[in-house]
Formats: sequence, structure tokens, C-alpha cells
Amino acid sequence: MSKPIIATASLAGCFGCHMSILDIDDRILQLIELVEFNKSPIDDIKTFTKQCDIGIIEGGCCNSENVHVLKDFRKNCKILISLGECAIMGGLPAMRNGIPVKECIEEAYLDGPTVGENKERILPNDEELPIILDKVYPLHEIVKIDYYLPGCPPRADLIWKAVVALATGDELNIPYELVKFD
Amino acid sequence: MSEKVKFTIDGKEYEGAKGQLLVDAAAENGVYIPVLCHWKDVIPAGSCRICTVKVNGRFVAACTTPVEDACVVENNTPELQDIRKAIVEMLFVEGNHFCPACEKSGDCDLQALGYRYQMMVPRFPYAFERRELDATSPKIFLEKNRCIFCKRCVRMIKNDKGQSYFAFKGRGKHLEISMDKKLAATMSDELAEKAMKVCPVGAILRKEVGFSTPIGQRKYDNVPIGSDIEKLHK
Repeated sequence: MSKPIIATASLAGCFGCHMSILDIDDRILQLIELVEFNKSPIDDIKTFTKQCDIGIIEGGCCNSENVHVLKDFRKNCKILISLGECAIMGGLPAMRNGIPVKECIEEAYLDGPTVGENKERILPNDEELPIILDKVYPLHEIVKIDYYLPGCPPRADLIWKAVVALATGDELNIPYELVKFD
Repeated sequence: MSEKVKFTIDGKEYEGAKGQLLVDAAAENGVYIPVLCHWKDVIPAGSCRICTVKVNGRFVAACTTPVEDACVVENNTPELQDIRKAIVEMLFVEGNHFCPACEKSGDCDLQALGYRYQMMVPRFPYAFERRELDATSPKIFLEKNRCIFCKRCVRMIKNDKGQSYFAFKGRGKHLEISMDKKLAATMSDELAEKAMKVCPVGAILRKEVGFSTPIGQRKYDNVPIGSDIEKLHK
């Protein structure tokens, strides 16, 4: 059997979950024996070059581009995993949920205490920019998600165990200490 | 001495005092029934329903039901486990419980129940209701986003005249916990400490202290909630 193929992405996240993937330390050498990486910031492959088995996504959806990438992952991956609190419940970016987008943008670009000179009161309006969503969405509220790995970030051992279990088909036994929401 | 009664939980026989609340009788026998609103010897509120058990085939709250002679209690059945997990999930989506930013994380009863019931993601959609943070008291923060309406603070945090520092305001969807600003301005450190301790979540936090226990050594970092009770009779 050929190696399972993994793709990863960070949407509205801080890359902390990806750092936690790297926190498996020297097991990364075992990991590359076990799986192959496709589209991912880890190997810098920008677009899917083949159908993948496991998609791991950190961060929620805060703009139209996040939704686009997420749907692309759902199309190209057999299994999708929500990695971390932001993917699961919106996380820190979701603290804006409940505040109207207009207020958020005005605070960021016009009225906030750290705003520099903006005499023409310009809001970012280039058509290249993705549209900000009305709120930050957890991934499973947009596409079907198969598995969830909580944590901020999820413990490296949790990610390791989950990926190994998926790649080998072995049973997943998670000790109490590994599943934390912070 | 009060009269003794015999009852069973999940088929095992136990003994308790007549009229004692089921949740307390179970705890004394080393059986953990989860609680969020209950506090021993305080008038029960029965508001969170996490302690739901079946007594003689009927769903009841173990924190408001006195133990009766020969009653048959179901506690750790898959059905009840799932109901409790659903309640935890409902509380998580109803408020804004962003654990990584909460000082109570690791010591939070709601979070610990999420761990105990292995909640990976709530089955309900997030409400993302916006609630206020009341920082007017010199001693405490009242973070309404995290309140689960257990009413522990309302029932237990009072001054020597018996006046409550906290109260519920509004009804239904608009229900919120509020603080008497005048009273709270004079709150002592001891009472602030007690208020933070009785709050099962991170809704009441002391000012100018915090994050004193490192990650890995907090209350629920290594042992599930309820294991202290379960250890009693092993």
C-alpha cells in the first residue's frame, strides 16, 4: 500500500497548531517514513497536486478566502480534521462575533487608538481582498468535518497519536492529559 | 442520629441518611454524580441538571431529590452519560467559553466535565451571544460571557446583613448575572476569593492575582473531575 497523503492549512489561526505539529520533534523523521505531504505550509506546496487522504486544518473561517480553501480541502481530502480551538469553535478571532463587522472595521482602520493617519477615512476596498464574513465560523458549520483535535494548541503527542492511528489503522488510545481545551 | 436508608446505584447497594440529598449520599459512598450548581449544605437550586439520574425509572435531579429507602438509582448508564454530555455541550455553545483566554482554565468545573465526557466538539451550533464584562468592582471581574446560571454566587456570596452581591436580571434568552455595584465596591478580599472559588466557571475572577498555578499542575490537568470522590471507597 502506498503512503497516506497529508495536506494541511492554516485559516484564521495563528500557526500555533502547525508549530505543535513540529513539536513532535525527531518523530518527524518517522512521520515522513509513514506519510507523504502534499499541499501544506510545511513543504510549501501551494496547490493540490493529487487526491489526499488526510486534511488537517487549523483556524476557523473569518473571510471568503478561508471558505474557499476549506471547500477545496473537503473536495481533495478523504478525511478532514479540525485542529485546535479556532477550527473547532472560532477561537480568539471569534471574539469579534456579536460585534457588527462595520464596527470592527471602523475600529481597526478609523477610530482605534493605534490607527495612524487616515485622513481620507479609507477602508480596505481592493477587489483582490477577501470579503470579511459576518462572524468567524467553526469549520464544521461550513463543511463536514470527520475528526476533532482540541487544544490551544493541541498537544504534539495528541496530533502524533491521531495521525499515526489514521495512517496505520491502529486503535487510538488517548490518555486524559492529552485532551485539553487550552 | 437520623434514620438509615438503603438504596442502590447502578445495581450496587449503598447506605445513606433518610432525607439526605441523593448527590451527597452518593458522594459519601464514593459514587460521583457530576454537579455544577450544587454546593453541599446550601439550599439546592436544581438549575443545571448535570446531576440528572434515574430514580425508579424517572429522570430527576440528584441535587434536589432526597434519598428514599429501597430506591433504585441509575447513574453511569450510557443514556445518562450522553444526556450529561449534551448538557455540557449546550452550556458551551450557549455562552462564550473560549478556554485558552480564561484564567479559570484548568480549574474550571465545566471544562473538566467536557474532559470527563470527552467532548471534542459540541453537537449544537454556537450561539455567539454577546454579553458584557463588568469590571466596576475593585476586587473582581464579572465576565457574563462565561456565566452558566448556576446561581451559586447568588445563593452564597452575601454580606453580614444577608444581602446578596449578585442577582439574576431579565428572563429567558435575556437572563444575565449582575452585580450590585455599591455592595461590590466594598467587597473584602476573603469574599472575593470565595466568590471565585464557588463559581464553577470563569465568570467571577479576582483582580490583581491570577495564573499563579503553572499549566500541568492545575486542578484538572492530570485527574478527571470527580476522581477525589471516586477514590474514597476504592
